[in-house]
Amino acid sequence: MTDVGIAHYLVVSAILLVLGIFGIFLNRKNVIVILMSIELILLSVNLNFVAFSAAHNDLAGQVMAMFVLTVAAAEAAIGLAIVVIYFRNRGSIEVEDVNLMKG
Amino acid sequence: MLFGLAVFAPLAGALISGLLGRAIGDKGAMGASILGMVIAAICGPIAFFQLTGGADDGVLDLGSWIESGRFHVDWALRYDTLSAVMVAMVSFVSMLIHVYSIGYMGHETRPKYRFFAYLSLFTFAMLMLVTADNLAQLFFGWEGVGLCSYLLIGYWYDRPAACAAAIKAFVVNRVADLPFAVGLALIFFKFGSIEFQVIFPAVAQHVADTYNLFGTTYPAIEVIGFLLFIGAMGKSAQLGFHVWLPDAMEGPTPVSALIHAATMVTAGVFLMARMSPLMEYAPAALTFVTFIGASTALFAATIGCVQNDIKRVIAYSTCSQLGYMFAAAGVGVYQASVFHLITHAFFKALLFLSAGSVIHAMSDEQDMRKMGGLARIIPVTCTVMWIGNLALAGIPPFAGYWSKDAIIGATYAAGTGIGLYAFICTVLAAFLTAFYSWRLLFMTFHGQSRADHHVLEHAHESPWTMLGPLCVLALGAVFAGWAFNDWFIGADWPHFWNGAIYNGAHNHVIENLEHLPVWVDYAPLVLGLAGIALAWVMYIANPLLPVRLAEGFAPIYRFLLNKWYFDELYNAIFVQPAIRLARLLWQVGDVTIIDGVPNGLAELTSDGSKQVVKIQSGSLAVYAFAMLIGIVVLIGVFMLAR
Repeated sequence: MTDVGIAHYLVVSAILLVLGIFGIFLNRKNVIVILMSIELILLSVNLNFVAFSAAHNDLAGQVMAMFVLTVAAAEAAIGLAIVVIYFRNRGSIEVEDVNLMKG
Repeated sequence: MLFGLAVFAPLAGALISGLLGRAIGDKGAMGASILGMVIAAICGPIAFFQLTGGADDGVLDLGSWIESGRFHVDWALRYDTLSAVMVAMVSFVSMLIHVYSIGYMGHETRPKYRFFAYLSLFTFAMLMLVTADNLAQLFFGWEGVGLCSYLLIGYWYDRPAACAAAIKAFVVNRVADLPFAVGLALIFFKFGSIEFQVIFPAVAQHVADTYNLFGTTYPAIEVIGFLLFIGAMGKSAQLGFHVWLPDAMEGPTPVSALIHAATMVTAGVFLMARMSPLMEYAPAALTFVTFIGASTALFAATIGCVQNDIKRVIAYSTCSQLGYMFAAAGVGVYQASVFHLITHAFFKALLFLSAGSVIHAMSDEQDMRKMGGLARIIPVTCTVMWIGNLALAGIPPFAGYWSKDAIIGATYAAGTGIGLYAFICTVLAAFLTAFYSWRLLFMTFHGQSRADHHVLEHAHESPWTMLGPLCVLALGAVFAGWAFNDWFIGADWPHFWNGAIYNGAHNHVIENLEHLPVWVDYAPLVLGLAGIALAWVMYIANPLLPVRLAEGFAPIYRFLLNKWYFDELYNAIFVQPAIRLARLLWQVGDVTIIDGVPNGLAELTSDGSKQVVKIQSGSLAVYAFAMLIGIVVLIGVFMLAR
């Protein structure tokens, strides 16, 4: 077993980030998937924070990760609320149907 | 007081008939404007005779007009011999023409109050011009008469020819007014004032003043003299600026008589006389004045000999007579030019009004080739027209003889080269004047009738409102010269003019008039009689002769008939380039650039936004992708450029 270094964390984090991003715009179906993808991106950021925090022996990164978790929770709550309201109004939460802002 | 009343009564008449014309109707408006004119025609001559009877001249101050730093202009009426004689003549002739207009405009269907309001307003403007005590007020009157002339020429506004003639008169006058205004500014620049009583005593001190233009130095007085004279040329229809006067005959005949014969066109001559204290110090400008005046006298007379429109013949005759007046002013005998101005006002107004009477009788026919033998049908008109032409041709003892012979004599008495040129021109013009006057008489009143018999059936002598003024003017045409000769240029002239006209110390032309050779005295008369005889031979004794002459000398005939091709020349030099320039500015400047730039910008914006709007597809996925690409690009740039 080789040592697990910071590089490994960053690779995992980058993979998560890319997965999250592609989840947003390759997804044609569901707004909830977009929310999940955003969650994924935030998690990859958290992973970076924690990894660097451990590597540099500095707690600031972990504190920051806590903040991000809080924000993520709030974001999820608000996002889901919007989705619920949107479903009540429009009867659909398919991404294709969300085009009221079309020019 | 009487003098002020004479000036402002026409204004009151014009305002009442013009502003209230709709309310009080044509009859009321006519009454108001004629009442104003009658008051003026009583007060004006009385004020004049008071002055000749020994009343003091002076200035009637009416209040301040412009106060701007050193520039100070008053409304004021100048009461001296020159102003008073002009006021008397203008108010009197204008009153007669107002009365005549009642009859002449009798069949008119358009609103008549407009006509009378303009006519009275014109009279007021002319009176302001001649009584001005400063150049600004004179300019006010100058432009006022120009405006009224425009309005009256275009009175028949539904005739395209009348509208075109009105615009032509206005534009030609504006062209000449520019030098006049510049001259006015130059006087203020050099003298620090435009009040006559400041300028005139100061002229002698400014003789050495110079004026720099484009690196060349000119004597300032000469430049002022030239500029003022160019203004006078425009108003008085002198050679080069004469083109508007014959066209102005499109207006009603009383207008031609009042404005384009008796008063307005003489404003230029008046200006020369008024500015005589300045002009006397500008010998080069005076030489130019003589040259233009004498040339115009001959030039217009040659054209008058071949025109067929009765009013145009008289119009060219006016042009020619104005040339005489300028020739006299140019040799320094302003007295003779004002004398001729006054006598001319009588007989030329008479001629125009008689022509109007003929036109009225012939149901608006103006072509003399379709007249002839009218003497039996309209005897009174025929008689007064004979009197007018006798006066015009300078046959003693009619008015024109005294003034015209004085002018011809003065050009000879001047004893200069240009004086001799003017003498030759004016004597030849006297011959032609007699010729075309009698050509007009013979073609209109004598010989075989060539008129349409339907027209002849309706031909009638004019009503008394028209014949009355004609008879009064005929009296003037007979006696004005004989009665005023002593005052204007005879033994009494220094006392009569009383300094209103200035003659330089070197200027003895008026004294020399008494010592002319006998042949100079008789030359105009003999040539005038010869002209009459020639007209008799050509139009009564042998009526086919003119036709043969016209065929034999076709190029000369066409040249004269087309008025020396002045209109064509101006059309080619000024009008067509102006039209082309206007077209260029319209199609390139206005449509392409001024309209094109904002329209293009607007189209660019709207087309651009139509393209840009497609980016906003409403699809979240695309937005997210765009954001990603954006971030990648930003980071890429950041990494590479670091």
